[in-house]
Amino acid sequence: MKRYWPYLALILLAILPLVGISSYTMHVLILVIMWSIIGMAWNVLGGFCGQVSFGHAAFFGVGAYTAGILYHHLGISAWWGMPACVVVLIAVSLIVGYICLRLRGAYFALATLALGEVCRVAAENMVWFTQGNLGILIKERTWVGKTWYYYVILLIAVGSYIFIKRVIASKWGYYFVAIREDQDAAESLGIDTTFYKTIALCISGVLTGIAGAFYMNYMGYIDPGIVFSLSDISILTVMVVMVGGVATFGGPTMGALIMVFLAEIVRSTPKIGAAHQTIFGILLILIIIFLPNGVVGDFRKIVKFFKPKRTRA
Amino acid sequence: MAAQVELFLQTLIAGFLLGGLYALIGLGMALIMGVMRIINLAHGDLMMVAMYLAYWLFTLLGVDPYISVFVVVPLLFLFGCALQKFLITPVMKVESILPHNQVILTVGMAMVLSNLATVFFTGNYRSTPVNYASNAWYLTDYWKNAPIELSLSMPWSLSFLCAFIITVALWFFLTKTDTGKSIRATAQDIDAATLMGVNTNRMRMLTFGIGSALVACAGCLFIPIYYLYPALGKQFTNIGFVITVLGGMGSTEGAIIGGMILGIFESMTATYVGMGWAPLGRFAIFVAALVFVPGGVASLIRRKRFGK
Repeated sequence: MKRYWPYLALILLAILPLVGISSYTMHVLILVIMWSIIGMAWNVLGGFCGQVSFGHAAFFGVGAYTAGILYHHLGISAWWGMPACVVVLIAVSLIVGYICLRLRGAYFALATLALGEVCRVAAENMVWFTQGNLGILIKERTWVGKTWYYYVILLIAVGSYIFIKRVIASKWGYYFVAIREDQDAAESLGIDTTFYKTIALCISGVLTGIAGAFYMNYMGYIDPGIVFSLSDISILTVMVVMVGGVATFGGPTMGALIMVFLAEIVRSTPKIGAAHQTIFGILLILIIIFLPNGVVGDFRKIVKFFKPKRTRA
Repeated sequence: MAAQVELFLQTLIAGFLLGGLYALIGLGMALIMGVMRIINLAHGDLMMVAMYLAYWLFTLLGVDPYISVFVVVPLLFLFGCALQKFLITPVMKVESILPHNQVILTVGMAMVLSNLATVFFTGNYRSTPVNYASNAWYLTDYWKNAPIELSLSMPWSLSFLCAFIITVALWFFLTKTDTGKSIRATAQDIDAATLMGVNTNRMRMLTFGIGSALVACAGCLFIPIYYLYPALGKQFTNIGFVITVLGGMGSTEGAIIGGMILGIFESMTATYVGMGWAPLGRFAIFVAALVFVPGGVASLIRRKRFGK
């Protein structure tokens, strides 16, 4: 039975727009799926390879700007950004990898944190290229309704899910986990750790970038403060995976579901809307203390907690 | 030509003074890094909290920011100890896949602190208008026929002097007192320190407290010359981190030198390239340090390989 769960869920998701749900629900669903792609991408690098990144906004933003700049400067459809950003992001990942992957653990995390900020500052200051804080606006949207956007992002999500599952099941996946568990041991066994970390970074970067390019097409407007945002993109990415479950396949999706809905609920509540980051922060702290492997990873713990405890006879 | 030299020297002085304050931020971070092997991503936000305390002391009670050091620093010390005791220590015991949970925890703390500041104090920019803010010493006042004109701002110099005194005091504490020696022992080898009878848990708590106190000092010294807003923490966390990398991973002497280099470099970027590029300059120097002088990284790897 468990084998069929993914297919069932997929069919359910595929027929969902046909039922006729509201445009707002559709929007939230699209965001959930987009975030689960970003979460899955982060999970390859952070969860499986053990390299925690606080700078995924850099990849997201570069993807979005690739699409936006193609539209703005060359006048072609922003959808071309998706194939284009694969090339751009591999290049970016190689450069980032060359610099940052010399670092370990917390230093890598911080280097990526700085990277995200640098991208934001660069995008703000290179006005001739990126329009600076003015942002890039797509004047004509491809589709008026949200249904097609939904199918596009769903297709990308399914594609990335299968791709990631294949990669993790392959030789590479074992190398990634070996690097996470003990880098020195992995190296002594003949794994070229820097090379495989760079591969993980490329996969992660490209998938995040594709999500970014989709964001550009879907939202129709980007500016550096939105797509390179530290708290709204980079840290939310980490939270999606932490809440859902590090190094699990279903975790990012679960995390995206929880986080996006939570964000929508909190932001629309008038009194506490401004404090949404406080709530996220407290949630993050609680998750780390009580469910360090996320909702999916620590599912047994949750079940055990809610099961009525047997009283001693 | 004289104008060029004047500009250069003035930039150098400004950078030097800024570097002294940066060193204080870097010191706290390096100390925490050395003892606990984690980067405290809430470092800048602790500074923000200290700055708000100093700000309110000034606005409501009229306490001079330099005097408020004596109130704010003990408070932040206790706050840091409490954070370590009730949040970070419990997480150290939790089993998880990712080894960097404590770092992510500090991100959570940073989010809460900066957001609460926005909620309570709004996002407005604030500053403490001290009446000596624009006082300065001029070179021509002392040397009538000087070919160039240089000035030394009074609050900046005062802040630099305080930072210097605190740094010396910290050095004295770390090298001459028993507690300081225990902290250094914990940083060098935690197991050996435990075997020698050092209460390492207590040392961790103290270190986090001292780190917070140092950054609180920096906050109090910064507020007469800088402005204050809730999201300021991130910027200073970045600065602290770049200094730690520049200075060589958790070394206190390195943090001082790193702070100086960064201060001068940033001041140069601001003068010759443009204000908006300063964060990029920071990253450039960080990358340069990693690519050309990977001494810090090498020592980290060596410590990881042979330390345990």
